[in-house]
Amino acid sequence: MTIIKSEVLPLFTDDDLVKVRQAVRAWMIEQEFSLVTQTKMVTASSELGRNMVVYGGGGCARLECLNDFDRRGIRVIFEDQGPGIADISQALTDGFTTGDGLGLGLGLGGAKRLVNDFEIWSEPGHGTRVTITMWK
Amino acid sequence: MDHIPIIKVGEFLLVSIQVDMHDRLAMRLQDDLTTQLIKTRAQGVLIDISSLDIVDSFIGRMIGNIASMMSILGAETVVVGMRPAVAITIVELGLSLSNVRTALNVDKGIGLLRVLVNSIGNEGSRHDNYQK
Ligand SMILES: Nc1ncnc2c1ncn2[C@@H]1O[C@H](COP(=O)(O)OP(=O)(O)OP(=O)(O)O)[C@@H](O)[C@H]1O
Ligand SMILES: [Mg+2]
Repeated sequence: MTIIKSEVLPLFTDDDLVKVRQAVRAWMIEQEFSLVTQTKMVTASSELGRNMVVYGGGGCARLECLNDFDRRGIRVIFEDQGPGIADISQALTDGFTTGDGLGLGLGLGGAKRLVNDFEIWSEPGHGTRVTITMWK
Repeated sequence: MDHIPIIKVGEFLLVSIQVDMHDRLAMRLQDDLTTQLIKTRAQGVLIDISSLDIVDSFIGRMIGNIASMMSILGAETVVVGMRPAVAITIVELGLSLSNVRTALNVDKGIGLLRVLVNSIGNEGSRHDNYQK
């Protein structure tokens, strides 16, 4: 598998989040993903990016365009140096939130359902990294 | 843009969400709508999301909150113009929007609001829970 191109975007504010969504959309369009697949990937990115801003103290989003034999992929890696997640399977459960009571606890589990590949690494005190990939 | 315009259409308020909304803008819209509803004594709110290319849990929650607030203030909320790709995505995301009514477009939305508002008028109360 080769990385054809990549770009790193800072993600600390909700304005940054708008820019990340737009970048993911543009990359998906460039690789001619279907409208529904674009929408799923941008929505998943929005969830993970917002988690990073709200809980992770901000970080960066790394966009990658992949070539794997005969298939193309778009991968986005969200990485922060925030407090991390102690219990990942609990965090992935729909309805689980440590938010201020407004959160629905849908972000992580929902993002996982929306994409082809979903990987999460987190260590309390060190940070969180979530990688999502869509293939075509 | 630092706020989303709210237009009065007959006895209803219409909000067209056109921009890629950042979070502060969304919060402000909730406040503005509440203020306008009280000021204009409107009986219903139409939220046009035909320009939105995604609805994530944040925006979904905002729409749900608006509907609950309007309902407490005695007004109905109808969301119109959701794109098919967005509808497919929010189902998979797990967003239910169960307290929100939807219609295909603004015209149909106004029609639905009229029906809702009139049926409430006839019953004499918008809360029919006591009948069950
Ligand atoms: N980057 C992160 N750093 C630290 N904790 C995180 C991070 N991302 C998620 N979490 C934790 O996982 C929980 C679940 O996240 P999830 O996105 O599923 O729900 P939420 O953000 O609480 O609510 P919603 O996304 O529906 O608004 C969060 O409440 C938070 O405790
Ligand atoms: Mg979240």
